[in-house]
Amino acid sequence: MGKSLFEKVWDAHVVHTIENGPQILYIDKHLIHEVTSPQAFSEIEKRNLPLFRANQIVATADHNVPTQNQHLPIKEALSKKQVETLTDNCKKYGVTLYGLGHPYQGIVHVIGPELGITQPGMTIVCGDSHTSTHGAFGSIAFGIGTSQVAQVFASQCLLLDKPKKMRISVSGKLKNGVLPKDVILYIIAKLGTNAGTGFFVEFAGEVFEKMSMEGRMTVCNMSIEMGARGGIIAPDKTTFDYVKGKEFAPKGEELKAKIAYWKTLKSDADAVFDKEYQFDGADIAPMITYGTNPGMGIKITEKIPNLQDESFDKALVYMGLKKDTSLLGLPVNYVFIGSCTNSRIEDFRVAASFIKGRKKAANVNALIVPGSQQIAKRIKEEGIQAIFESAGFEIRQAGCSACLGMNEDKIPAGEYCVSTSNRNFEGRQGPGARTFLASPLVAAITAIEGKIVDVQQYLN
Amino acid sequence: MDKFMTLLSKAVPLPNQNVDTDQIIPARFLKATDRLGFGENLFRDWRYNSDLFPNKSFVLNNPDYSGKILVAGENFGCGSSREHAAWALFDYGFRVIVSSFFADIFKGNALNNGLLPITVPEDFLKKLLHTVTSYPDTLVTVNLVEQTLSYANDSITFDINPYSKTCLINGYDDIDFLVSKKEAIIAFEKNRAKEQSH
Ligand code: SF4
Repeated sequence: MGKSLFEKVWDAHVVHTIENGPQILYIDKHLIHEVTSPQAFSEIEKRNLPLFRANQIVATADHNVPTQNQHLPIKEALSKKQVETLTDNCKKYGVTLYGLGHPYQGIVHVIGPELGITQPGMTIVCGDSHTSTHGAFGSIAFGIGTSQVAQVFASQCLLLDKPKKMRISVSGKLKNGVLPKDVILYIIAKLGTNAGTGFFVEFAGEVFEKMSMEGRMTVCNMSIEMGARGGIIAPDKTTFDYVKGKEFAPKGEELKAKIAYWKTLKSDADAVFDKEYQFDGADIAPMITYGTNPGMGIKITEKIPNLQDESFDKALVYMGLKKDTSLLGLPVNYVFIGSCTNSRIEDFRVAASFIKGRKKAANVNALIVPGSQQIAKRIKEEGIQAIFESAGFEIRQAGCSACLGMNEDKIPAGEYCVSTSNRNFEGRQGPGARTFLASPLVAAITAIEGKIVDVQQYLN
Repeated sequence: MDKFMTLLSKAVPLPNQNVDTDQIIPARFLKATDRLGFGENLFRDWRYNSDLFPNKSFVLNNPDYSGKILVAGENFGCGSSREHAAWALFDYGFRVIVSSFFADIFKGNALNNGLLPITVPEDFLKKLLHTVTSYPDTLVTVNLVEQTLSYANDSITFDINPYSKTCLINGYDDIDFLVSKKEAIIAFEKNRAKEQSH
């Protein structure tokens, strides 16, 4: 029996298997940030353990940082202490830190790929559930708890049970105006937020083969929102071209040898999956969520379903919406384009190409938050920043920003926000905030119109 | 990690189902840089009214109930993966949580922190909840070696995977285990480096 892509990468990292128990999995790259690392550092300190492989760890500050005046001290005392603790720990243990003010700083899942730290065939972990993003490169990447962060500090390994395998194939072509974000929102809406529990998901088929690396990252990023441990996509020429030339990517002969290996990283024709799903790309349309979990999504032109369920009702009350109604025409005062799902150069290019020559609606506060300092630099160089600015959008510095209600950027209670992030939970963008998840294109059009509109009709 | 073999204690009943980690420890308390003190904010929004006065009707504020065992409704620990939830329960003084179902990640986090999650059948849980609620002085015995939980005239054996059991009894955790495998890990690294240079 052949092996799946996931199995090939997993098996290559098994150090030891405990009889009737978990396996020891070797971790190639460990990314850390300020929120989930301090207690892990204290843990190894308490036990007098050294950092086993400091050179395989990269740190950044992203969750709890302001996106304005990053050159000034952080105002909020607890946030400041958390960021300073990271800096102190990295210094003490010799960990590379791209902290505030560093040209490489940014959201941990954005900077890994753009610096060439993320490469095919690796195992990558981080104390953050959206580590699944890095699976876009054909690596096994997943989020871990703080005790596990300490385990990797101490041993560069984790004790794990091998997840089951799922494959989701999407064939055919995507329609005009349908972006990778719509593809993953569509899949989660179809399968539900628990469909992936216990599984690692391979995304396969023509739609993903044609997708850019940025798009694949958006898809794998949200695989966790269907309950999966992570997502993975077979590396191909698109992947190799993206990795090539990145700061920490292999070069010259080494790169050649690596590519030869990376080419073997795909599921064998006779590989067997525990579960398979198949979708047709032509059925996917621009999507939007209406409820308080990412599975509560519809095509933007569809009506909110009419379900009889207590938690469904509760979600609609929170959102201030009614069953069996359309979202089209609903006024929206906040638009957020950012987060590790959609804050890469391609996302801003798509939004800018639509916004060019237009102005945002008067009622809208539109926030653009690049995922990294490098992207911030690039949107300036490409003239994208100027387009946003003359349309009345506000551009901020790199960080998680309004994706989670932890730092200074929050959506006010009761307000609607079309957001390119990944979670629409109650209070996720701030206490009482109401989130619609959508693609950067839907977000951009909403900002111009000041309300939700039918994207495809708009484009034609 | 503390060793765990047996425990004799009174129990605190919390019959609510689907207690999520946001309720166990709300997000705004995740800014701390150490593991201590989370017990203070355990069930914060249930324990205190919005005016910051203790909510008298919540079980942790009722002087009749105390102990190191929390008996909880079905699907305990669902939602966000924050390990802070396990820390908060441990820091408050709990060592055992009994429920008829635990969320996966919470269970792992609890075991990694010396907090024993015991899964019991629905009807056993109901009776136990009833007894400890009506008779707060009921003593519950947990014997990890024998894998039994008993109180009054009732007793049950529970499941735990042998690896986790050994860890708890010896006060080992995954870190200790992994560090003990250091030689195998180094050998793995060497082997791989050799393969890659071919
Ligand atoms: S952008 Fe949002 S989802 Fe991504 S790492 Fe930051 S907080 Fe998490």
